[in-house]
Amino acid sequence: MVSDESIKINPEYVYHPGNPLSQLDNHVSRGRFERVLKRGEFAVTTELAPPDSADRTEVFHEAAMFDHAVDAINATDGSGANCHMSSVAVCALLAHIGYSPILQISCRDKNRIAIQGDILGAAAMGVCNVLALTGDDVSAGDQPEAKRVFDLDSISLLTTIQKMRDESTLLSGRKLTEAPAMFAGSTINPFVPPVKSRVSQMEKKIDAGAQFIQTQYCFDMPMLKDFMSEAVDRGLTERAFILPGVGTLASANTAKWLRSNVPGVHIPDSIIKRLSGAENQKKEGQKICVELMQQVKELEGVSGVHVMAYKQEQFVAEMVKDSGVLGDRKPWAPRNEY
Amino acid sequence: MYKARLFASKHARAYEAMYNASSPVILASLRVLSKIVKGKLDKPITWAEKKTKGFLFDCQMCGNCVLSTTGMTCPMNCPKTLRNGPCGGVRANGNCEVKPEMKCVWVEAWNGSTKMKHNHKIQEIQFAVNNEHKGSSAWIRLANEDVKAK
Repeated sequence: MVSDESIKINPEYVYHPGNPLSQLDNHVSRGRFERVLKRGEFAVTTELAPPDSADRTEVFHEAAMFDHAVDAINATDGSGANCHMSSVAVCALLAHIGYSPILQISCRDKNRIAIQGDILGAAAMGVCNVLALTGDDVSAGDQPEAKRVFDLDSISLLTTIQKMRDESTLLSGRKLTEAPAMFAGSTINPFVPPVKSRVSQMEKKIDAGAQFIQTQYCFDMPMLKDFMSEAVDRGLTERAFILPGVGTLASANTAKWLRSNVPGVHIPDSIIKRLSGAENQKKEGQKICVELMQQVKELEGVSGVHVMAYKQEQFVAEMVKDSGVLGDRKPWAPRNEY
Repeated sequence: MYKARLFASKHARAYEAMYNASSPVILASLRVLSKIVKGKLDKPITWAEKKTKGFLFDCQMCGNCVLSTTGMTCPMNCPKTLRNGPCGGVRANGNCEVKPEMKCVWVEAWNGSTKMKHNHKIQEIQFAVNNEHKGSSAWIRLANEDVKAK
């Protein structure tokens, strides 16, 4: 176990959960992530894999790898239907020292009663962002014997968040004394069938209250271009901030395994060919990721990029730096500030 | 029945016409019936609905029927029971992430919907199922709602 002393945290932030900033006009939350997007900056987000541990310092160490490279950190909620530390707890820990975490809520494990309670609890602990997900099926994980819940779907969940925040009531209509001021988002996968419906599906999510959208891994630029240009034509990029997802592949074999075993991951043959032809496949995978980030930034209607580097988290900051997508901007981080 | 369900999405336009023509008739007769017998025939009506819609659409009797808005494809056949569109895990061949041998319900729904006259309905937000209605007849509920509205 790592001692708390080894993590230098500005004491000023420790007693201000989430370091909530002052409420600005036209902002729903008091969080930094919403501010960065609404200022028109190109935002970078990433994903933190919650540990298989009851040790909070593991969370802090993982988050520290992203310092000054990202604007917000997604805490996954039992990703791949495997159990890890809860996303509510990870977000609370991160918010407590001033980070800007995004609470992922999967509809797989909890019914509407539990989910509404989590939203209130997370908001009370200073979490300012929430991401509504359907969630991988239980059969994808290491406890396939579990019961699947799916009481809500991602769109019903967005409706629920919006109602709680804007009407200050629970689904039942019961009044809340304080509404959860959360910036709400959801996901879209533009790369799998029915491909033609995906822009409409995103529109439905925006109608239901999604203010930002993070996409599944993009390794197919032409497909993303088609998706984005239709989104621009339909005015959706004016209504929500879109952050395409990019990722890094450790090797050609990993890429092959991912596309045949992980639902919804589309990797074109050209990428696999490029990886297998490289001398250092891991480095090549990172180079591809950097190039994708740069290409994403050039697309019309894009507000940022979401970097997913499962088990390669330590390279995220370097890849973001190499890509130059942040320009001169240095995202806030809770340490090295004093 | 899986085959009948695929047939329904393939011929969604015809099914839509049939649905639009038959549902007022079914509801009107149920309304009259419910005035006369006041709930005594609920059981056989529920049975009839279960059998008819079960055969045609693999109906799961959720009691919150949205067939006309989902390309004549029952969304309760989705292993995640999604009511508002596909998840992100659909396979490249259009089959289900959870049941690889089954066509994704929402791929069917989308295809069905594009054939329908009121194809914009698939964009309507459907809030989660009211689980209190599970196993009950959507026909009777709709007929009763009509009675109350009048």
